[in-house]
Amino acid sequence: MSQRQIIQVFEQYQKSRFQFVQTVADLALRPQNIEILQNAGVMSLLRPLMLDVVPSIQQTAALALGRLADHSDDLAEAVVKEDILPQLVQSLASQNRFYKKAAAFVLRSVAKHSPELSQAVVACGGVDALVLCLEEFDPGVKEAAAWALGYIARHNASLSQSVVDAGAVPLLVLCLLEPEMALKRIAASTLSDISKHTPELSQTVVDVGAIAHLAQMILNPDAKLKRQVFSALSQISKHSVSLAEMVIEADIFPAAVACLKDPDDYVRKNVTTLMREVVKHTPELSQVIVNCGGMAAVIDYLGECRGNLRLPGIMMLGYVAAHSENLAMAVILSKGVPQLALCLSEEHEHHIKAATAWSIGQIGHHTPEHAKAVATSDLLTKLLELYMDASSSEDLQAKSKKALKSILQKCTYLPGLEPLLYDVPSNILKYVVCQFSKVLPNDSKARRLFVTSGGLKKVQEIDAEPGSSLQEHINAINSCFPEEIVRYYSPGYSEVLLERLENYQPA
Amino acid sequence: MAELLKIKSEVEEFKKEYFYRNSQAEENRQREYQAANRIQSWFRASKVRAYLSHLHKKAIIIQRIWRGFTARARFRQMVKAAYFIMKMNFYEEMAVRIQKRWRGFFVRKYIHNYYARKSYLEGLSRKNELVRMELAELEELQKRERDCVEMVKEQTAKVYQAHRLHHLLSTKQCPGVFNSPFRPAPHEMELLLRQVKYQAPARLDPRGRACLMGMLGPTDHSFPGTLGSPWIKTTGTCSSKPILPPISSKKQQGLLREPGEVWEQRMLCPDLTLRLQTSYTHLEEAQNQLRHKGTGSMLHHLSHSSNSFTQPAYAKSFR
Repeated sequence: MSQRQIIQVFEQYQKSRFQFVQTVADLALRPQNIEILQNAGVMSLLRPLMLDVVPSIQQTAALALGRLADHSDDLAEAVVKEDILPQLVQSLASQNRFYKKAAAFVLRSVAKHSPELSQAVVACGGVDALVLCLEEFDPGVKEAAAWALGYIARHNASLSQSVVDAGAVPLLVLCLLEPEMALKRIAASTLSDISKHTPELSQTVVDVGAIAHLAQMILNPDAKLKRQVFSALSQISKHSVSLAEMVIEADIFPAAVACLKDPDDYVRKNVTTLMREVVKHTPELSQVIVNCGGMAAVIDYLGECRGNLRLPGIMMLGYVAAHSENLAMAVILSKGVPQLALCLSEEHEHHIKAATAWSIGQIGHHTPEHAKAVATSDLLTKLLELYMDASSSEDLQAKSKKALKSILQKCTYLPGLEPLLYDVPSNILKYVVCQFSKVLPNDSKARRLFVTSGGLKKVQEIDAEPGSSLQEHINAINSCFPEEIVRYYSPGYSEVLLERLENYQPA
Repeated sequence: MAELLKIKSEVEEFKKEYFYRNSQAEENRQREYQAANRIQSWFRASKVRAYLSHLHKKAIIIQRIWRGFTARARFRQMVKAAYFIMKMNFYEEMAVRIQKRWRGFFVRKYIHNYYARKSYLEGLSRKNELVRMELAELEELQKRERDCVEMVKEQTAKVYQAHRLHHLLSTKQCPGVFNSPFRPAPHEMELLLRQVKYQAPARLDPRGRACLMGMLGPTDHSFPGTLGSPWIKTTGTCSSKPILPPISSKKQQGLLREPGEVWEQRMLCPDLTLRLQTSYTHLEEAQNQLRHKGTGSMLHHLSHSSNSFTQPAYAKSFR
């Protein structure tokens, strides 16, 4: 055969390899093909193609591998078992940018499934190679590398620590400053994943000056970027007071409140999460947020959204009110209590209801004023219903009982307490009766109302063991009223009267 | 003798007496001895007693005086102490009164300041109202902005469609699809088709669309008027961004002129006139000037320039 014919054989082989790899890559885009491809043994076929002479075949093979590993757990494990990772990592250092992008994609799709797979990626030196990729010029390569690092760091603290130890954080902050929007998003998301595990990791992120750069991007029009930025800031500030103070010192607050009207749901949720994480540490931090009008904005946000999106807002109100009675009064004045009542009635998930019950308890337990504000919105009966409902989860029951008790101990608003005399278990009843016994001796109008509304009758019908505190309170109440009235309302009085009538001999 | 006998008998008597007295004395000796003992001991005892009582009395006197002295000193001390305590109680009571007033004042003014709290809560309500209003405005503005952008997008899409469907324009002979004779008035698409200028659909990127938009701008009335927000960048940029000229792919070689130039030269009629650009006696005047200046080297320069002046010139010069 002539030289040309021999060369043609090789060219044909190359063309067919390329076609194979291209087709596999395209097929791997659809989830239904993955099963079939896996059974056909695509993994072992792709592996030698990754070491192919022709660069475009290498790149496409890597891309196909990445897509396959992305879809399923087993394929990712197969990638690890077949020792493809060390080859990938080695070639990451030397190849061109398309290959680097594809290789970073493969590492990402392997690492995303579980901590063990991420550990395998770390063990073969993947993290150092990815950090080297972060120093490239091409923004696509940087994005792929940052994304892979983010998925590795997401699983647990030790993996995050290995990412940080490889020196990724300063490079990620530099990526934040790049003009490409996708790169910024990924960098912010990776920083968020790194700092969410422990305070030390957050401190490392903060030491590089990430907060200032993140704070600059708050008013960026891109919604996905804002989601990641707020998520990162909330993960940083959740660990300790000093970190939260540093986040506040970056002057985000009056500006971030504007983002509560963003059309994107998750931006709003993340802003509220940030506020919650900041507020839960100290009263001073809560004060900062309340003073810039954040409370009103969050309450309006609660009115507009539904479901799980409400949870951070509800918890934020609870944390603010828990610090001091001043702040609790601020929550009440910003019309928080009617909103929480709406949340309680509209939501069906038990954990959201439990959080709402907790918040209401935090608001109402400070002084009689607060308890009155809670009682006027008819929340005491609702809390009682939640406590008594057999289908409520244990957590919900415990929280509503605690809230009810703490509010009842300060409540002197009698019209609110009256409905609680009927159909109430005795451990709650004793608090209610205790409150009545405190208020009635001093207020004559209240006594009159108590008698006319049937409360006195109900109190007489309660049977308590003599000597228990309940009996003492009942005695205290009875001593506020004249004998005849107490006897009139005691149960069975009509029978007693009839008996007297029968025994009476007219003179 | 009688006396001797008497004495001798008396001796017997005497001896008896003597013996009797001795025996009596003997008998009484013990008793007398004991009595004498007793008397002596009593006497000695009374002597000692007297001495002791004397001593006691003197001791009592000394002790009395001493005790009185110390008691008085102690008493004086006690009085001083009691006085001191009374003073201290008084001071403390006064201090308590001062501290009571001060603490009440301080707490009411700085820590549990009722008026500060009240004004804080009022201020907070006002701030909340303000924030709510501002947020509502913000939302409104953002919504309008988004609606504007949507409308612009729609409009450009329609214009683009019109460009692609230019061939459906109705002619005199045949009414187009959008201009059915059964309709009371032509469809808006028909109107768009009429307005749009045909352009070769070679380049269909945002630059091309922006050109189309710019062309359509003055004739299009269907935009909403309210573009007053300072944040609406996207609509503004379409019209204010400078449209760069296309990068020419094929450069024409060398000495060929631009197509427009030749046309210009042909079509533009220059003003033909028999008048010269310069005056008739221009040459003589110039020569006179130079003669007045009087340098020989300028003659050379003059002879060159005179050649160009004597040609008949057009009113508009070549470029």
